[in-house]
Amino acid sequence: MSVNDLFKQELKVINLGLESFYDDLTRQGVPAIQVQWKPAAGGDQKMASLLGRLKSSK
Amino acid sequence: MIKTIIRENAYYDSVTLMLISREMKKLEGVEEVLAGMGTDLNLDLVKMLDMFLPELEKVTPNDLFIAAKFDESKVSMDDLLASFEAQLNSKKEAHAGQYQPPTLRSALKLMPDARLAQISIPGQYAADEAENALRKGLHVMLFSDNVALEDELRLKKLAVEKGLLMMGPDCGTAIINGVPLCFANAVRRGRIGLVGASGTGTQEITVRIHQLGEGLSQVIGTGGRDLKEEIGGLMMIQGIQALLADPETEVIVLVSKPPAPSVEKKIYGLLAGAEKPVVIDFIGGQAESVKKAGAIPCLSLEDAARKAVAVLREEEPVDFDGFDLPPEEIDRLVREALARLKPDQKYLRAFYTGGTLADEAIKYLGAEHLIYSNIPLTPDRAWDKLEGRAGHICLDLGEDQFTRGRPHPMIDPMTRTEFFDAWLDQSTALVLVDVVLGYGSHEDPASAVAESIEKARRKLQASGRDLAVVASITGTDQDPQDLEKSKKVLEEAGVLVMPSNAQAVRLADRIMKAAGI
Amino acid sequence: MDFIEEANKKALEMIQGARPTLVGMGIAGEVVPGMHKHLILHAGPPITWDRMSGPLRGAVIGGLIYEGLAQTPEEAEKLAASGRIEFDPCHHHNAVGPMAGVVTASMPVFIIENKTEGNFAYCTQNEGLGQVLRFGAYGPQVIEHLRWMEKTLYPILKEALEIHGPIDLKNLMAQSVQMGDEVHNRNKATTSLFIREMASSIVKTRATPEDQAKVFDFLNSNDHFALNLSMPASKATMDPVGKVKHSSVVYTMARNGTDFGIRVAALGDRWFTAPAEIIDGLYFPGYSMEDANPDIGDSCITETMGIGGFSMATAPAIVQFVGGTPQDAVNYTTQMYEITLEESESYKLPPMNFRGAPTGIDIRLVIETQILPVINTGIAHKEAGIGQVGAGVVHPPMKCFEDAFEAYVGLLDDEGLLD
Repeated sequence: MSVNDLFKQELKVINLGLESFYDDLTRQGVPAIQVQWKPAAGGDQKMASLLGRLKSSK
Repeated sequence: MIKTIIRENAYYDSVTLMLISREMKKLEGVEEVLAGMGTDLNLDLVKMLDMFLPELEKVTPNDLFIAAKFDESKVSMDDLLASFEAQLNSKKEAHAGQYQPPTLRSALKLMPDARLAQISIPGQYAADEAENALRKGLHVMLFSDNVALEDELRLKKLAVEKGLLMMGPDCGTAIINGVPLCFANAVRRGRIGLVGASGTGTQEITVRIHQLGEGLSQVIGTGGRDLKEEIGGLMMIQGIQALLADPETEVIVLVSKPPAPSVEKKIYGLLAGAEKPVVIDFIGGQAESVKKAGAIPCLSLEDAARKAVAVLREEEPVDFDGFDLPPEEIDRLVREALARLKPDQKYLRAFYTGGTLADEAIKYLGAEHLIYSNIPLTPDRAWDKLEGRAGHICLDLGEDQFTRGRPHPMIDPMTRTEFFDAWLDQSTALVLVDVVLGYGSHEDPASAVAESIEKARRKLQASGRDLAVVASITGTDQDPQDLEKSKKVLEEAGVLVMPSNAQAVRLADRIMKAAGI
Repeated sequence: MDFIEEANKKALEMIQGARPTLVGMGIAGEVVPGMHKHLILHAGPPITWDRMSGPLRGAVIGGLIYEGLAQTPEEAEKLAASGRIEFDPCHHHNAVGPMAGVVTASMPVFIIENKTEGNFAYCTQNEGLGQVLRFGAYGPQVIEHLRWMEKTLYPILKEALEIHGPIDLKNLMAQSVQMGDEVHNRNKATTSLFIREMASSIVKTRATPEDQAKVFDFLNSNDHFALNLSMPASKATMDPVGKVKHSSVVYTMARNGTDFGIRVAALGDRWFTAPAEIIDGLYFPGYSMEDANPDIGDSCITETMGIGGFSMATAPAIVQFVGGTPQDAVNYTTQMYEITLEESESYKLPPMNFRGAPTGIDIRLVIETQILPVINTGIAHKEAGIGQVGAGVVHPPMKCFEDAFEAYVGLLDDEGLLD
């Protein structure tokens, strides 16, 4: 989807991180979802790298 | 008494925790308190604050800890914990009923037609999530910093390949389809498009365009490093191409620090034969090369706005380095400012929350005054080289060194308040500040400044002195804060509110020269 | 990775298409594969006598007395420790058991056939509440009751079933999850449907009206009777998944009162264990966490299939037993969608707008999101024979999933399937 396509569509946002940014969007009536983000595998390095092994380069 | 509480595998975002810590500190009997994730940075902070206890040794970045130093006769750890929980719960209630999925993937299941991912998670994880988002066909607004340069390049290349926006890392401002993202002002839609590598620079330009009666089609952020050699201006180029192809955009504005030479060349190459007028503010850069490329150079952020509006209205884009007020008025303001000062009041104290606004101030004032700063023009003017306090300072309080363990000063005025308290004294002649409104900013930054100024002026009045204070408000009448009220509360505190940062800086310069400091 | 998605698709097809059917009853020694007189089956992963917790020991003692292999508890203990008695998980013999889950050769069992895949699963009849073997009680009344179940209950139910014909358990459970059961800790509706289904057939058996009445009374007094049908139904549904190569679906979760164990499809029979947890739940008056035995029972095979705690939203009354609010129940189910691959095509949950139950636990999702499966469970007293002391919500230890995931990636790596 090219940048110019984005300009023609309704902006819908997925927010990962600071909740205040999500609040600002909903305040303006912008469709948004707040992800309750945590580091993958809870930040456990070993598990995170194992997960990485299962991601193919597609 | 010093105590800690540890919650394993509990994750909260940094700003939430910092603001909660601040509230907890207000409890009577609490000397110091820090609630944070167990990152090295936070644990160092705890050590620095003399609150480290052995049980914190085993804490990981995925654990939450609360470390507190308190007078146990006045308050208990249970009280602190209760305050912590209460604040979290009120946030939870505020969001009750809205399901918050744990991953981007599950968010997409809930909103399959999402267009953009806005990412402000810690830098070490941000690149992976940004890549996830791009691979899923989402445009990305990446607010996070501390992302490796190699990752930025990789992400931007991927974005270009897929025809997506990759705004950032370290991108604070964008306005897409009229929607302010992260730190941005509410401005009317219009025919001017902007691509910016600097947050408050973008904010200032968009606000002045709105002030002049025109509007913005799209405001694309690129992040602060986009125009470095290594990144090659990938997003600036992507943005320019999009705006050239956008039927709603008639005039294009570019704002950034001066690019690496090879990147500058690339940009000019892109603009060759462009059918839309382009206004370029490479802050502090060479006007000649811009002109040669067929674009319109600028003297300041405000000047960029004025020229874009002029060109849109098919008027001549003349240089503006003066004032909106007539010369007699300006003279009067300078005289009145001087009247407040005693001869031993010699120094400028400029405290900025917006980096580019601070940069604009230093570049202008530093040409003819010796200004010390944490973003100095030359290394010998680094503010830690200042002996005692005998010199002018202009600080960017949003820089890393001032935001360790604290929210950015645009979100929380407390840092600047502390600088006011510490630095405004009998030797201060002139105070210069920015007041940044808009989404993402504190709900009432003007009042915080006004309070501190009133306090400082009262302090000085005891010895028959007063302060000259100059400010500008980067805000619009559509912003969530009240622009009119902000102006009023500052003026009532004796602050001279100028229509732009450039004019505020120029007025400050006039006052300094008139006072001979 | 495509080949993992394909494998998981196959696994989910098996789960979605399963047709667990109650086809008959038999005596364990005759119908349970590998069963013999000196073998005692138990819930959970493999465990030795010396590591068994109170309730399981008690149940073993009771089992040995019931089988006539020992006359007194002391003899039973000596025998159990002697090495002359074999212990094995129910799961290794196509069986499942609630709480201690002890199955001995003379015990009657339900026979469940998964008509789609042709595999079988077995479970004893649920004893009811009070002093019962599955909580480790082994006194004379326990043995007497077991005897009654063998000599009176079983023959009547077996004959009634022959008269009635096979019962589609999936159909039964699909109804009961819309009637307030989550079919692990709340089984009242399922039990009622079973009684209703079987009533006329029971009446038609050759047993005396007095015995038939006693059977009805017993069934009516035992809200959890149908648990011993939903458990083998779930097992029959999940077992075939254990043969799907490369699939990351978790097909077994079980505890023996000391360890919690899981099994993952790609890794076949391998158990991944970690210490079972003490449940932080709602305790009956007079009891607390200090009295609790660690988590025990095969009953979380229901959660493994997507009912039980995963479908908590559909049984709001459960919160009276496990604590929390009906909104909490909904939140738990909502969370479970994050670690499962599909929604059940059969078990639809009205409070979730009739979304299907979260089905197909993917170990990759558990690791990535750090969300653990949620299990509704009863809590046993740590001393043998005292019984249930509470109920609550419990999670498996993360370690089981971490170890299994590491082995899973290792397996794929060894096969050269990863870049």
